[in-house]
Amino acid sequence: MSAVAARATPLLEVQGVSVRFGALLALQRVSLEIHPGEILAIIGPNGAGKTTLLNVISGFYHPYEGRILFQGRDRTRLRPPEVAALGIARTFQNVALFKGMSVLDNIMTGRLLKMRSHFLLDALWVGPAKREELRHRAVVERIIDFLEIEAIRKTPAGRLPYGLQKRVELARALAAEPTLLLLDEPMAGMSVEEKEDMCRFILDVNQEFGTTIALIEHDMSVVMDISDRVVVLDYGRKIAEGPPARVRTDPAVIDAYLGVPHA
Amino acid sequence: MSSALAAALAPLADIAASPRFFLEVLIGGVAAGLLYSLVALGFVLIFKASGVFNFAQGVMVLFAALTLVGLMERGVPVGAALVLTAATMVVLAVGIERVVLRPLVNQPPIILFMATIGLTFFLEGFGEMLWGSNVKKLDVGIPDESFQVAGILVNKLELSAAVTAGVLVAVLAVFFHGTRIGRALRAVADDHEAALSIGIPLRTIWVIVWSVAGLVAIVAGIMWGAKSGVQFSLSLIALKALPVLILGGFTSVPGAIVGGLIIGTGEKVAEVYWGPLVGGAIENWFAYVVALAFLLVRPQGLFGEKIIERV
Repeated sequence: MSAVAARATPLLEVQGVSVRFGALLALQRVSLEIHPGEILAIIGPNGAGKTTLLNVISGFYHPYEGRILFQGRDRTRLRPPEVAALGIARTFQNVALFKGMSVLDNIMTGRLLKMRSHFLLDALWVGPAKREELRHRAVVERIIDFLEIEAIRKTPAGRLPYGLQKRVELARALAAEPTLLLLDEPMAGMSVEEKEDMCRFILDVNQEFGTTIALIEHDMSVVMDISDRVVVLDYGRKIAEGPPARVRTDPAVIDAYLGVPHA
Repeated sequence: MSSALAAALAPLADIAASPRFFLEVLIGGVAAGLLYSLVALGFVLIFKASGVFNFAQGVMVLFAALTLVGLMERGVPVGAALVLTAATMVVLAVGIERVVLRPLVNQPPIILFMATIGLTFFLEGFGEMLWGSNVKKLDVGIPDESFQVAGILVNKLELSAAVTAGVLVAVLAVFFHGTRIGRALRAVADDHEAALSIGIPLRTIWVIVWSVAGLVAIVAGIMWGAKSGVQFSLSLIALKALPVLILGGFTSVPGAIVGGLIIGTGEKVAEVYWGPLVGGAIENWFAYVVALAFLLVRPQGLFGEKIIERV
């Protein structure tokens, strides 16, 4: 019963979304659903429109046709801060950390939306603001423990090796306690061990916090291991969708990856 | 050689001989320095929040002073004129955000810098069109005369300028070092996209800092305009703020203040005591030489964040 209900109301619906950059159609009438509690992988060759799709969902781009519904309501025209306020957090392909700030401060920025007192009052109203700061600090410390980055909490983010920067970016996204977490190539450029750690963290986040996750990933073994469902994009179109085992044997997907000429 | 050295050191003896006069020179320097600080502060605020070096800061000072004087010439009482000028600067900030900054989000800093150069010429022309280009006298009701405290001459106008600047700086320090807005500002300065993704309303932050920079420009415009008249050269004090920024660091509010004081007092002392040795006009280049020396030793300034760039 509850499983049926969950199927009936997706957390996020992308309905016939098209995005155009000048003459280039980056997305052509793409539709997909993200169900509560699942890990959805979005895959496809380079230039397939994966990051564009993520940017549309998080409000950085607006589609020229189609709609985006979050929890059943139209969110198509929202801007990034408004999307963030809905409980959608994201990471970026090329790591967008605040490089001059410490790891701890970076993660604390993820709490900004959770802070109740108005930020103008905050400067003057020391007492309550201080207490609130301490409460948020406790949440952040839990995330730091969870992602095993205690040792680097005071280090400026810009000085960290790439793999750790990716982990800190995940921590900042988690600090917002999102309902939906969008990860743009969370494992790109990582060593095998770092990838294993990251896989474990993603699965733990999904299971322990019940966070719904949509991720873009190139490493097929990772995709097969951790995702519940896979959506495949090629040249801005959705060419396949389904459980990983079925998608990997889909002839259209194999063609897209092996580069069969498009007729 | 030794006689040259003796000549160079001779002014030190003058300082020791008349400490009271030296103090008066210092006070004059502090007053000028605080005004440099105010202009530098406008730069720092915008630079911190948007990573933009706002070339138009000097012209904003001129524009604010022109608006104030223009309103007063048309018979608006001082208080109302001040409020209207402040409102104009806020409207200007909203306009700049809409027309200049918003379309240029995520562009490289050099593009935004170029945009502020354009803004400079626009504001200059627009200000002259509205209020005319002749030199105007700004009378804020404080006479430009001196009185004695414990035998030391103090200029009333300079004193009130110094006090106002001091108060403003303290208010701003409290405003921007409250934990959250400070963090949000640094976040915005560091990475626009990331700041947006964690829910920082970039546009609101920009309007706030440009408004505050505009209000700071009003104060600087009044203080400077009351001393030397409101005219185009007012916008050139922005050039004096540059060495202050290099000294104090582009990202530091306290740096702007300390830098301003060092430059202000330094150039006054150098001018009065060492000026005659080289035929004067030290005041015009002293600040730049100090800044150059600083760039060699400490490029991030006294209080600036150390620049870490991985290559």
